[in-house]
Amino acid sequence: MGRSLFDKIWDAHVVCKRMDGRELLFIDRHITHELHAPHAFKKLKEAGRVVRRPDITFSALDHTPASTPGRDDTTNPEGKPFMDAVRAASRENKVRVFDLGDAEHGISHVVGPEIGMVLPGATHAVPDSHACTVGGLGALAFGCGTTELEHVLATQVMALVRPKRMRVHLEGKIGALASAKDVALKVLSQIGVSGGRGHIIEFAGPVARALSIEGRLTLCNLTIEMGSRSGLVAPDDKTFEWLHGRPWAPKGAMWDRALAYWRTLPSDEDAVFEREVIVDCDGLQPQITWGTDPAQVIEVNGRAPDPSALPVEQRGAVERALDYMGLKPGEKIAGLPVHRVFIGSCTNARLPDLQEAAQIVRGQHVADGVFALVSAGSASVKREAEAIGLDKIFRDAGFIWGESACSMCAGANGDGGKAGERILSTTNRNFENRQGRGVRTHLVGPALAAAAAIAGKIVDVPQMKAGD
Amino acid sequence: MKAFTSVTGTAIPFIEDDVNTDQIAPIGAGARMSEDYAHTLFRHRRRGPDGAEIPDFVFNQPQFRTGAILVSGRNFGCGSSRESAVWTFLAIGVTCIIARSFADMYRENCLQNGILPITLSDEQADRLEAAVVAANGASPFTVDLHSQELSGPDGLKISFEVSPADRTRLLEGLDDIGLTMKHRAEIEAFEKKMAEALPWSQRADASSL
Repeated sequence: MGRSLFDKIWDAHVVCKRMDGRELLFIDRHITHELHAPHAFKKLKEAGRVVRRPDITFSALDHTPASTPGRDDTTNPEGKPFMDAVRAASRENKVRVFDLGDAEHGISHVVGPEIGMVLPGATHAVPDSHACTVGGLGALAFGCGTTELEHVLATQVMALVRPKRMRVHLEGKIGALASAKDVALKVLSQIGVSGGRGHIIEFAGPVARALSIEGRLTLCNLTIEMGSRSGLVAPDDKTFEWLHGRPWAPKGAMWDRALAYWRTLPSDEDAVFEREVIVDCDGLQPQITWGTDPAQVIEVNGRAPDPSALPVEQRGAVERALDYMGLKPGEKIAGLPVHRVFIGSCTNARLPDLQEAAQIVRGQHVADGVFALVSAGSASVKREAEAIGLDKIFRDAGFIWGESACSMCAGANGDGGKAGERILSTTNRNFENRQGRGVRTHLVGPALAAAAAIAGKIVDVPQMKAGD
Repeated sequence: MKAFTSVTGTAIPFIEDDVNTDQIAPIGAGARMSEDYAHTLFRHRRRGPDGAEIPDFVFNQPQFRTGAILVSGRNFGCGSSRESAVWTFLAIGVTCIIARSFADMYRENCLQNGILPITLSDEQADRLEAAVVAANGASPFTVDLHSQELSGPDGLKISFEVSPADRTRLLEGLDDIGLTMKHRAEIEAFEKKMAEALPWSQRADASSL
């Protein structure tokens, strides 16, 4: 029987079966972060244990640093104790910190791929649910809690029950104004926030193949919102070309050897998946969330649902979401006033995302009263963007050109909005109160976010075209 | 880890689907290294914009300010991997969470903290929810992991399934890291094998290997 990409990675990393039946899966690359790691390091120390593999363990500082241009680690005083704690524990355990000001600083899920640390066929763990992002390279990643983090620090393995396999076929050719984010939102609208539970999702089909590597990272970033702990796209020539020459990627003869192995990873023709889903993406238009979970998605030209048209058992949740979002049943989404726009996060803050937004912003100006922030996904993305003048385009248009951090996505660094404000955000979660108490978040791709900042309202597809 | 054998006490009805960890344990501005988890629990939903408690909200009702068992809906604990979304329930005494289904990571975080996560069928969940709402905190419910049975007022009895591995771990309060450490030799052998088979996988730096 054929094996899937997931099976091949999993099987290659099983150390043994533990006495309780769980499989011990070796973790090739482990990145902690300052919000959750201090507690795990503390527990580790209390138990008299040390980090087993400091050479493949790293600490990111991404959740709590301020995004304020020119920030240092005192700009957000509440973040400093977290950063200092992880710095001290990392030093004690000989773990490298990607500190503020370092070339490798940034959001862990952005940095891992871009420096060539995370590779196809590798296993990866981060105490953050968006670890799944790196599935875009064909790496199997697991987000984890604090206790599991401590487990990985001490043993370099995770004790897991083998998940089931699911394949999502992304069919057709997406519309010219749509991007990877819209594909992910479309999948969410079809399978829901628990559609992938208990499974690892492999994204396949022409749309997955056509996406850039950055697009595949965006797509896989949202697998956790589908209820799946990890998502994958099979590595191909595009992947290898993207990785070749990255600082930590194998070089010379070792590259050739790795490449030969990576080419064996894609799912066999006769691989078996417990669940297969087809999502028609042909002519896909920009998508937007209207509600308070990431599967409450419509086309930007669409209307919020009308609960009275829904089965009785679905009405309550929809009514509550409409109420929180300040929407009337059946209201058109385009035209709603926007107070803040955030372009950033592990979802949509790689260079092509910023380019996509800059194309709309160029020569325009942010509407009066709109707060607009760009926070590049990493120091490296920021540098590259500045080298091609994107910072100037955004700053001239009235955007804040911020430093790299999770920023308004998790809000742990103090960035956020005020009650009642409507935010167009390129992030991954539109949960109630996530971006600030009473804040109304709409998840969108970079182009739609940029267009809304300029117009001061949510704009539909013809308006986007006119602004192009 | 603290063992779980059985629990008897108040069952809190919080019957919603897709309850996410951002609701259970908001992060937001003002993150602190040491947190009052009982205060964090549903911090935003418990209080109005002026900071005053919303009396009707389940966890503000006098009979449900602490409890032993939580009863909720589908896909409980979706969203981020933050373990604080489990610690907040421990802080009010809850050691068993019963739902129609759990988000994968949340269920794992429960097991890591000695909280018993029980998944019930729709038919069982309907019966339990009705009983828990009717009891309104006045009569206790019991969950026994040895007998894998849940009981409550008026002779309510529901059998539940837990995988043998999870059951043993909870009953004995086994230290997960300790269990894995027993396989140290296998981990070492694996590292050696990988260093030969896929050498790049065992090195993470800018060297050319």
